[in-house]
Amino acid sequence: MPVVVLPVPASVTIPVSQHIGAPAVPAVAKGDVVKTGQVIATAKGFVSANIHSSVSGKVSKIEPVIDTTGYKQMAVVIDVEGDEWIEGIDRSTDLVRKVTLSREQIVERCLQCGIVGLGGATFPTNIKMTVPAGKTCDMLIINGVECEPYLTSDHRLMIEKGEEVLTGASIIMKALGVTKAVIGIEANKPDAIINLAELSKNFDGITVQPLKVRYPQGGEKQLIKACTGREVPSGGLPLDVNIVVQNVGTAFAVYEAVQKNKPLIERVVTVTGKKVKEPGNFMVRIGTPVTKLIEAAGGMPDDTGKIVNGGPMMGKALALTDVPVTKGTSGIILFPEEESRREEIMPCIRCGKCSSACAMGLEPWLLSVAAEKTMYEKAEAEKITDCMECGACAYTCPARRPLLDYIRLGKATVMRKIRERNTK
Amino acid sequence: MNNILNVSPSPHQAGSETTRKLMYGVVFALVPAMAASVYYFGLGAIIVTLTSVISCVAVEYLVQKFILKTKTSVSDGSAIVTGLLLAFNVPSNLPLYIIIIGAIISVGVAKMTFGGLGNNPFNPALVGRVFLLISFPVKMTSWPVPSGFKTGYLDAVTGATPLGIMGEGLKNGESVSALMDKIPSHLQMFYGYMGGSMGEVAAAALILGGLYMIWKKIITWHIPVTILLTVALFTGILWFADPDKFADPIFHILTGGLMLGAFFMATDYVTSPMTPKGMVIYGVGIGVITVLIRTWGAYPEGVSFAILIMNAFVPLLNLYIKPRRFGKEVKHG
Repeated sequence: MPVVVLPVPASVTIPVSQHIGAPAVPAVAKGDVVKTGQVIATAKGFVSANIHSSVSGKVSKIEPVIDTTGYKQMAVVIDVEGDEWIEGIDRSTDLVRKVTLSREQIVERCLQCGIVGLGGATFPTNIKMTVPAGKTCDMLIINGVECEPYLTSDHRLMIEKGEEVLTGASIIMKALGVTKAVIGIEANKPDAIINLAELSKNFDGITVQPLKVRYPQGGEKQLIKACTGREVPSGGLPLDVNIVVQNVGTAFAVYEAVQKNKPLIERVVTVTGKKVKEPGNFMVRIGTPVTKLIEAAGGMPDDTGKIVNGGPMMGKALALTDVPVTKGTSGIILFPEEESRREEIMPCIRCGKCSSACAMGLEPWLLSVAAEKTMYEKAEAEKITDCMECGACAYTCPARRPLLDYIRLGKATVMRKIRERNTK
Repeated sequence: MNNILNVSPSPHQAGSETTRKLMYGVVFALVPAMAASVYYFGLGAIIVTLTSVISCVAVEYLVQKFILKTKTSVSDGSAIVTGLLLAFNVPSNLPLYIIIIGAIISVGVAKMTFGGLGNNPFNPALVGRVFLLISFPVKMTSWPVPSGFKTGYLDAVTGATPLGIMGEGLKNGESVSALMDKIPSHLQMFYGYMGGSMGEVAAAALILGGLYMIWKKIITWHIPVTILLTVALFTGILWFADPDKFADPIFHILTGGLMLGAFFMATDYVTSPMTPKGMVIYGVGIGVITVLIRTWGAYPEGVSFAILIMNAFVPLLNLYIKPRRFGKEVKHG
């Protein structure tokens, strides 16, 4: 499904918090005229990201709106007038390969352009590009494993923008000071593997690694293990094994920021579902209502029962479609009514299939029971905090037990208890 | 845009496997052994099976309806599996009232008193079988001899099982080679041409069903393969040490309830360990105890006891044998 560029909508709603960390602070006021690419909210604190206007027009209001998470967040609403960009952004599609910026300038540019991880976590990229004192990094891994079934936006990017992605990878390598990068791609995307393997011959130190198809390989720790055999310790970060992981979508955004001075104001969103008439990958401006995306895909099928923001395994169900696309919106999946409800819960038959499915080597049945019975010490001892909530256990369970619901509850409680303990 | 959307936490998809499908998969895997049983023992096999399945389902239904007063769950298929396995573990000429007692013990006592499906510590069909063996020792050990399809039921010609002949003969000081002449050949035993419980005799049919379950991922290879290997290895060593006092490993693998036990009884999800490592330990335990009982115990056959004894260790195995945690071995850098 090739990427289709959608027209600029009549109005956009841009939340000031589209990333992990502190919300940005609005830098415009009601009635201000803004241009495309202009900063409208600035990063506040260490972990935060700039937010830019994705359109040109007039700020009509700044108020809390319900976003894709279902919570109210402060957002800047802009009525669109034309499409006038600020100066200094290279909007051409010409490839710029030569990296002229220094390490520090690259990191600074990513901060300025509001680049965040587009694989799902939306962690500010500039922070991940800086290796903290005491840590070393010897390798970059580019995540080309589409994190979830249904989503194809990364796949398209690897085919349509291969050189840009590779240039983005070499920029991140330069920032990290490493000479080696591996792009992990699952074997069910042979066209992407062939394309990038061919193109990467012209890039020093970048190789493509085909991987067996296995959910949840898009998880950072699983990908590192699959590509290098290194195991990130429990509770640790990739840097504990000298690795940084970035998504292909992020690599592309970094390329655009560093080589083209283009802030993160648009992204590719997959819109799909069994009964969707014209599923596709759409390039949209941040802040475009999800409703517009659904219209572009042929409208909402009559028997739609559930709409999910993200993938079917980890995505969030939307209560409303009148919510804006944000930097972290990777896909919109429309499920028909009959697939949108849970099946009857049966007793656990101790088949152990959840344990076999768990990529972290946990025992979901045990964690789920521990959480249900509020045995939080037991849950902590059994490493409930290692759970990455991939949903493989609940998917596999023949008794349809809501394993992840309980584990999520238990994990949140255990993490709160750990924080309380540490602050004492 | 007037749809009201469902909202729930992820994951938003579920796999195709359900408890019901798994249970009916086991039922399907038992079909070859059932067919073999009807072929060898005739109408008796059908009567015993129907009685057992109907009474197991009825007991579950009645207990839930009148004692527990909960929603009935008989449609999950687990009572049908228990009924089939109970039938497979008794002679094909067993009087019906004994089968009904077995069903009451299996489902009513061994399963429902613990809270129904998923909560019973011991394999229900085996509890029923052992209860009957102790309560009706004569009726439970008068094995009909395979005689092709016939309509006779209670009046079947009976004889001892190969394990019985072997055990009795060795006690009387006869040699293995002399005893081997009194029992069917290995090939006959492989096809099931010998006395025994109605569903346990046909090794070939049971292996077929077991392979089907492994192929369909209903069970994994761990439990059946370790049980069979352990029995083969243990009896192999004994046989190698003194082939006149101990029967050969193939004899042991093909006789008694070993095939049925290894593929269908020991692999019961509820009463077996949940990790592959735990399954291997459990399988070795069953194999060792089986050979100990067969060789030095009071009973000629020990698979049922071996499985029940190891069932008791399952909670411990689940507690101490953990999957390998991701990232455990690496030290913080």
